[in-house]
Amino acid sequence: MNTIALVGNPNSGKTTLFNALTGSNQHVGNWPGVTVEKKEGKFKFNGNTYNVVDLPGTYSLGAFSEDEMVARDFILKGNPDVVINVVDATNIERNLYLTSQLLEMGVKVIVVLNMIDEAEAKNIQFGIKTLSKKLGVPVVTTAASKRKGIKELIEEIVRVIDGEMDLKPSISYGDKIDREIKTIKKLLSGKTLEYPPRWIAIKLIEGDQYVHDLVSENKALSSDSEFGDVLSAVKENIEDNELEIVNRRYEFVNDVTRVSVVRPEEAVKTVTDKVDKILIHKYFGLPIFILIMFVLFQLTFAVGEDLLGGLMAAAVDAVGHAIEVFLVNINSPAWIIAFVSEGIIGGIGAIIEFIPLIVVLYMLIGILEDSGYMARAAYIMDNIMRKLGLHGKTFISMIVGFGCNVPGVMATRTLESKKDRMIAILINPFMSCGAKLLIYLVFIAAFFPNGGGLILFLIYFIGILVALLVGKIFSRTLFKGETTDFIMELPPYRKPVLRNVLRNMWDNVSGFLKRAGTVIFAVVTVLWIMAVLPAGVEPYGAESILGRIGLFIAPIFKPAGFGTWQAAVGLFSGIAAKEAVVTTLGMVYAGVGEGTELISAIQGAFTPLTSVSFMVMTLLYTPCVATIATIKKETNSVKWAIFAMVYTFAIGWTMAVLVFQTGRLLGFS
Amino acid sequence: MNLLLTQLKPGEKGKVKQIDACRRAARRLYEMGFNIGTNFEVVKNDIGPIIVSLFGHKVAVGRGLAQKIIVNQPD
Ligand SMILES: Nc1nc2c(ncn2[C@@H]2O[C@H](COP(=O)(O)OP(=O)(O)OP(=O)(O)O)[C@@H](O)[C@H]2O)c(=O)[nH]1
Ligand SMILES: [Mg+2]
Repeated sequence: MNTIALVGNPNSGKTTLFNALTGSNQHVGNWPGVTVEKKEGKFKFNGNTYNVVDLPGTYSLGAFSEDEMVARDFILKGNPDVVINVVDATNIERNLYLTSQLLEMGVKVIVVLNMIDEAEAKNIQFGIKTLSKKLGVPVVTTAASKRKGIKELIEEIVRVIDGEMDLKPSISYGDKIDREIKTIKKLLSGKTLEYPPRWIAIKLIEGDQYVHDLVSENKALSSDSEFGDVLSAVKENIEDNELEIVNRRYEFVNDVTRVSVVRPEEAVKTVTDKVDKILIHKYFGLPIFILIMFVLFQLTFAVGEDLLGGLMAAAVDAVGHAIEVFLVNINSPAWIIAFVSEGIIGGIGAIIEFIPLIVVLYMLIGILEDSGYMARAAYIMDNIMRKLGLHGKTFISMIVGFGCNVPGVMATRTLESKKDRMIAILINPFMSCGAKLLIYLVFIAAFFPNGGGLILFLIYFIGILVALLVGKIFSRTLFKGETTDFIMELPPYRKPVLRNVLRNMWDNVSGFLKRAGTVIFAVVTVLWIMAVLPAGVEPYGAESILGRIGLFIAPIFKPAGFGTWQAAVGLFSGIAAKEAVVTTLGMVYAGVGEGTELISAIQGAFTPLTSVSFMVMTLLYTPCVATIATIKKETNSVKWAIFAMVYTFAIGWTMAVLVFQTGRLLGFS
Repeated sequence: MNLLLTQLKPGEKGKVKQIDACRRAARRLYEMGFNIGTNFEVVKNDIGPIIVSLFGHKVAVGRGLAQKIIVNQPD
């Protein structure tokens, strides 16, 4: 099967194109660094199947950060049959820099001028034929988000794969370097190498670490003394050579665009400039950001709960009741009826009710993501973050963590220095994810039915504050050293694409449904069995196995105000998946009353003050296993994963105790 | 006349003359479009990173790094 790799600068539309080609549903967003892993998909044409690989964005093959490394590794080692170089047409002068490097690799390339719709709106014109001739490869135009030009691209891909491509290296790096390239090329000839000799020569001269390592591992080369001499001579001049090579590449790009791209004299003024005057304003930027978050949660509540919430609750009730009646009618054994009505409906039903809220929240976050505001949020926060010893981009991974901490931790890949990245990984669990949201919703419904939006906002805000403070402590203690400089593109504002918003929402909702059917179901089943055994005890009572385990853990939560065995068991099961906190409470309390009694049971078992300290605990304590596993994978260390488990628990506990004790001193109950 | 990027005001145009940062940072800048000889316009320079427009595309550069970018009058 033929493999096609999508390569290009960040935010040039690779994933949008990937989705259009393969019918996949990968995450798209209007900020650089959305894709941080390699993703594969397929399409069929004329009976043949083609394998397509979407890669993280990269500015060059030099690779500074983990995500760029993924892209580079695939380009170098994945043996794609053809590379589709996705170019942002409105920014072609910069994007072709990467192209100039790809052309030297000896792999077939197709240049795709994406965002051609925006280029037209900006009145930028292209001589496609000239461009193609100058680059020596086919050029196709697309507007991926509007699915324009996809068919033509597929036809071109097939043509290129079946045909021959004559890639002639066309960049001259000046007499001196060209001579060195020739010398090295000659020394390389006859040696078995994975890459074209000319390409290796250039990479050696510009000081590419990977290629330097590659040749030093090659026995035939490292034993060649003549080659060794040339190599050390080259190493002397790396800095000058590097600059010269970069300059020559840009000169090449200039040569190409001079005759094939016409920009209007006076650049078309875009709305982005005007909007940015306000949104990233020196004084207003931060208050506006806070206001946007506030409105986000108010809207979530107004639409998700007040408008749609009742419907879902009624539906869960009706379906639950119908199932119970059905089970009774077919004479099911009593334990099955108990398991289904108390375990499944009482437990999982308790979270299904809140789906509308989740849907609304993630649609709103999706709109923010696809609008271009994410990069601005990072920009606004960089000032504060820097004072704390953190990198502004950390904030993007934090916002991604609002959806789920797993992609949140992954999103830290765009941070270049180890220090910045480690801190960003370790503080991500404090970001309140969609699953934790469910816990707050139940407690809000029980104690603060009128202030839901505000409470949610405050909880998320506390999460951010704790993350920043802990980050500051880490940067002064565990991970000292300079934070790397902030460099980030601010993409133009774009009208959010409905498809992207819905997809991003569905990612979260379907993930939640999947967990409900797997992990949470398993947890409920196991806990239910433990709650009704040993035979003869009162089910869901303190004497059951579950009750005894809970009673054993409960005392440590006494200082925080929620020292009941039910709360202890709930928190414990939350480590499997955060929703399980609610399902567990739903189950152990469902046996107590009738129907969906969770809310009133909680009103009985907690007070407004302990509900707040419990929410703070769930916000901050040990992340779920999926997040812990991701932390292990991304830090490549079991030690850090365990550290993350333990220290978050300590902070969650401390904060919960602090809230409860302070609240009590102030006379709350 | 040579200036530092941080010395330009919003609306002022310039041309990249030299980057005095460490190799890694300089390379990053070149590859993001701050190659020698590129014309640009400063969009924002108050608090936080400086925003520069290159071919109509905005790139934010931290102040520490911006101080290492030496610029002169545009063509
Ligand atoms: N107007 C317009 N917008 C587009 C087009 N293609 C993509 N976009 C938008 O550009 C933004 C970035 O798209 P992505 O597909 O996530 O870009 P990417 O190259 O995968 O980005 P990274 O994964 O961060 O490297 C999204 O907001 C898309 O909706 C296009 O042809 N025209
Ligand atoms: Mg992508």
